[in-house]
Amino acid sequence: MKKSVFFGALAATTLVSGMALAGTLDDVKARGELLCGSNTGLTGFGNPDASGNWTGFDVDLCRAVAAAVLGDPNKVKFVPTTGETRFTALQSGEVDLLVRNSTWTSSRDSELALDFVAVNYYDGQGFMVKKDLGVSSAKELDGATVCIQTGTTTELNLADFFKQNNITYQPVTVADDSEAQRQYLAGACDAYTTDASGLAASRATMPDAENHIILPEIISKEPLGPVVRHGDNQWGDIVRWTFFALLIAEEKGVTKANVEEVLASSADEEVKRLLGASGDMGVKFGLDNAAFKNAIAAVGNYGEVFARNIGEGTTINLARGLNALWTQGGLQYAPPFR
Amino acid sequence: MTMATDAPKDGFRLSMLIYDTRYRSYTIQIVVLVLFALAVAWLLNNTVQNLAARGKEFNFGFLWQRAGYDIGQQLIPYNNDDNHFRALLVGLLNTLVVAFFGCIFATVLGVIVGVLRLSRNWLVSRLMTVYVEMFRNVPLLLWILLSYVILSETTPAPRDFRVTDEMVAAGQEPAASMMFFDSVAVTNRGTNIPAPLFERGLGTLDLGFMTLNLNFWAVVVVIAASVFVNRRILSHARATQESTGVRPVTWWKSILVLFAPVIVLLIAMGFHLEIPSLKGFNFQGGILVAHSFTALLIALTLYTAAFIAEIVRAGIQAISRGQSEAAFALGLRPNRTMSLIILPQALRVIIPPLISQYLNLTKNTSLGIAVSYLDLRGTLGGITLNQTGRELECMLLMMLIYLSISLMISAAMNMYNKSVQLKAR
Amino acid sequence: MAESFTRSEMLPPLPPPVTERGAIKWMRENLFSTPLNIALTVLGALVVYWLIAAALPWWLNSVWNASSLGECRQIVEANAGPGATGACWAMIRERWHQFLFGFYPPPEWWRPILAFGLLFAALAPVLFAGQKRNLTIVLGGVLVYLVVTLYLAGAPALPFALSLVLIVGMLALAQIQPGRLLWFTLLYPALCFWLLWGGSVWSPIVAMAGFAILYAVFRLASPLIGLAPAAGAGIVVAVVWWLYLDKTVVDLLQGVLPFGLQSINSDQFGGFLLAIVIGVTGITFSLPIGILLALGRQSDMLIVKSLSVGFIEFVRGVPLITLLFTASLLLQYFLPPGTNFDIILRVIILVTFFAAAYLAEVIRGGLAALPRGQYEAADALGLDYWRAQRLIILPQALKISIPAIVSTFIGLFKDTTLVAFVGLMDPLKGVTQIVRADINWKGIYWEPYIFVGVIFFVICFGMSRYSMYLERKLKTDHR
Repeated sequence: MKKSVFFGALAATTLVSGMALAGTLDDVKARGELLCGSNTGLTGFGNPDASGNWTGFDVDLCRAVAAAVLGDPNKVKFVPTTGETRFTALQSGEVDLLVRNSTWTSSRDSELALDFVAVNYYDGQGFMVKKDLGVSSAKELDGATVCIQTGTTTELNLADFFKQNNITYQPVTVADDSEAQRQYLAGACDAYTTDASGLAASRATMPDAENHIILPEIISKEPLGPVVRHGDNQWGDIVRWTFFALLIAEEKGVTKANVEEVLASSADEEVKRLLGASGDMGVKFGLDNAAFKNAIAAVGNYGEVFARNIGEGTTINLARGLNALWTQGGLQYAPPFR
Repeated sequence: MTMATDAPKDGFRLSMLIYDTRYRSYTIQIVVLVLFALAVAWLLNNTVQNLAARGKEFNFGFLWQRAGYDIGQQLIPYNNDDNHFRALLVGLLNTLVVAFFGCIFATVLGVIVGVLRLSRNWLVSRLMTVYVEMFRNVPLLLWILLSYVILSETTPAPRDFRVTDEMVAAGQEPAASMMFFDSVAVTNRGTNIPAPLFERGLGTLDLGFMTLNLNFWAVVVVIAASVFVNRRILSHARATQESTGVRPVTWWKSILVLFAPVIVLLIAMGFHLEIPSLKGFNFQGGILVAHSFTALLIALTLYTAAFIAEIVRAGIQAISRGQSEAAFALGLRPNRTMSLIILPQALRVIIPPLISQYLNLTKNTSLGIAVSYLDLRGTLGGITLNQTGRELECMLLMMLIYLSISLMISAAMNMYNKSVQLKAR
Repeated sequence: MAESFTRSEMLPPLPPPVTERGAIKWMRENLFSTPLNIALTVLGALVVYWLIAAALPWWLNSVWNASSLGECRQIVEANAGPGATGACWAMIRERWHQFLFGFYPPPEWWRPILAFGLLFAALAPVLFAGQKRNLTIVLGGVLVYLVVTLYLAGAPALPFALSLVLIVGMLALAQIQPGRLLWFTLLYPALCFWLLWGGSVWSPIVAMAGFAILYAVFRLASPLIGLAPAAGAGIVVAVVWWLYLDKTVVDLLQGVLPFGLQSINSDQFGGFLLAIVIGVTGITFSLPIGILLALGRQSDMLIVKSLSVGFIEFVRGVPLITLLFTASLLLQYFLPPGTNFDIILRVIILVTFFAAAYLAEVIRGGLAALPRGQYEAADALGLDYWRAQRLIILPQALKISIPAIVSTFIGLFKDTTLVAFVGLMDPLKGVTQIVRADINWKGIYWEPYIFVGVIFFVICFGMSRYSMYLERKLKTDHR
């Protein structure tokens, strides 16, 4: 009996209490740590390495927010979430911010009471098949077996696509990306469908990448982005503008390496505002004036984050495509920083 | 000598609520009840507040919205236009079918292994020990994952079955071939088995909330009736034997009653098997049994059978040696001794723990999550929960369903247990 | 004539015929006694051969040094020819620590190692109450284990020395007053908590002080207001202490005497460390709850009984995985708005409930197995309910239940792998998944499963053998 009482004490001492649903910024500052919901392991986007350091495209956005809010990109605790638990973890305050390849949809905005504050990766659902299957379009997949991850929007898109084209398929549901890849390689399905970025990442790591093709059809829009709780606008603004700061930095040629130099020498007023050299934009967000400079200094601009984790130099080898800056024909466009 | 003191007066004092055993149990019960009610009220109050804070409400209306997703294995017709409730039913049936076959296979395998473990054959008894210890001491999750990997990695792809004209010309055999007279094909994406089809089927009956497959139910009804009639014949034979001492010959009656009606019915409905055949990417026709189902079933069977084997062994060893010696003295051969003397007695020891193994197996079907088997947890507690964001409703409903299944199994098995226990006089 | 045709001395015995001796006899009796047996033997031998033939080349081609799966495959093909397959243990070599410790920082590995060793030192006084010889053996084993593993883990000198002193002290105490070792068992939860999570040394001490306060209030107040109210008062004071004063006192003491370990967040726990932490805390905390539930179920009081039965049947009727999802998804609805704590702690709470329901049934079995006379004898001695339970009933009932408790624990330990489904890093699925998401090891699957499976097997098999040994040893009744 004594021990059960002790357990109560243990629970009480480790309580992280007083997590009000509004005022995430104050909570994060008081805690001195950002709680960031991440994937349980997705190559290139968020995965811990052998020494337990998280790296990846989504992870870097978390680090940028931590650098902006707390001044240190390492003050992040990554909370691995599964497809089932991710939104609940956010709603309940278990994480402050969710950056986990989550697609922005209307029902998630309305029914789940979440706010998608930006789109850090424009994706779309595609199909990968083995070359010797002799298929060149997704519409020829009548009767095919398709591997698909559960708990995502992809299963809904898949059902819609096949229905619209009046063809049939046999779904093979799998739990996660590495399992899907194993199934696909073993031939348990003719086609593997997920976001095109994920397909490219899978294909890049296959021993015989040249034998697999990604079909031209992109059957859905998958704007992936960071999510925050509904109703805390200040916190949403901070996350959104941290992301935009990375975009503006790329547009203006500010990089991780030259940020101090640009700060000292730049004559561009927007860059000066962004880096906190003039005006008090950071303070208006409830942050330090150097907040966005810290974010850029921590992870680099959007282009650098992309290139380092998933870009063309890496094994994953994704082209910028839709995610190029608007000046280069892409969709990534940041509102003016003033 | 001192006089015994008078019995205390019958007046009621408050302290008697604690110290008088007559009242104490009421005091305790009332305190417990009040505390329990307070706890429930606290939880409900919190839930209401939390729901309000998130702008959610507690209702099950979402079950009648369009589900929008597909389910690979469906025992009743379902497509993505059906509602979440229909998806729930599909998932529930998927859970039950694994549990049902799992219990049967695990019992058969478990009894065989349990008996073989006591065999005097050194090699066999050692092998069985290795099997039992290996499966009992490693998490079930590992076995599920491993069977899935083995099934999808070691089986041939559908195209290995293909015979092209060039191969015929060159006299080559395809890399893989079908089993059981070309009726079953095991590929790396599932097992294709023949499907029963009816040329002159009875169709389906639409009850509004669900449709009944009349062919299936007709067969079930006829078999049930045959079994019932057969039991009447046997009990009549037994009665005759007990009154006259001569048992009438019944075997041909039994065979006739058991098989003839079903065969007549099947022929009348134009029963034939649809053999799967390779067309396009896949085998078409027949029924595709997905590997997630097979892997889950194999792992659950092997894992539970290891536990059942131990139960059977303990049950057999609990029967005193004198029983088998007496049987030998009567001249019974060892396997007759086992089936007539030992096992019936051991059954009484075996059944109670066997019930809890059945319950465990049923609950463990929820581990289908590891291979994304779309059972109750995968549909209601997985995709539906995810698409609608109704954690509270989905989880509570799911727990309620699992609880009802468990209670029903244990009630049914306890009834059976009562019927086989020795009647104490 | 004394010619005799009878033999006067015995002939030396002939050796038994060749089919009735040695290996041949053994084989005839044990392998080929009947046609059925012959068939079974042949079948068994075929199975063994088939398994070995399938797996042996793969084992023989094992690669231990490589930095990625692709490199492994190249090495195997270079050594054994194209198309050959081989195990890639290089992955284990690189990632073994994540399977064991998760993300626990390497310089602090000595802490879980020490806590694990002390666990046995804490268990020994319970299992071998007062048996000097067994206590000495276990404590000696712990000492050897600690010396070796702490050295390998590079523990700092001070804790290294302190823990050795502690064990040596316990060894000495075991020789003089083995009963006193139980105090260590009582203190162990706090010590273990502090070792694993770190932080100020004062938090466990102050938390434990709550029990001292509870006891003191109880002793002081019981002559004045009676036993039950005194116990109530003690609990109230202790709860007030824990909820309101605890933190202040800890901060105060920490300000005066700052001493502590680096604090480690729960999210850094993973692998077998996580499985053991969840399993052991679950079973420890569920034991008292399970005893209460079992007593409640045996009780004559209708309300207490039906509440106990309801709880037990509910928890046993639903799969563990739904309880874990409850911890992850629903607990936040049931707690006051704004409360939020560690997912590991939430999982432990639900696992405790789960184990408590199972233990309650196990202990109920033990209670039911006691002869009715024991209850009647306790009543005849005039013992009240709690004394009767504490002195007569429970010690015997628990002793009978030990093997079943151990097998419940084995079951629970295996079930801890399910926490992967709520995003925790269990060894089997959680860690394997992050390893397989690493670009270097994408596509590996046999090796992590085999590695984890073998460790699970060793631990669970060891425990089940030990419980069988205990069962034999504890059988003190009619032999």
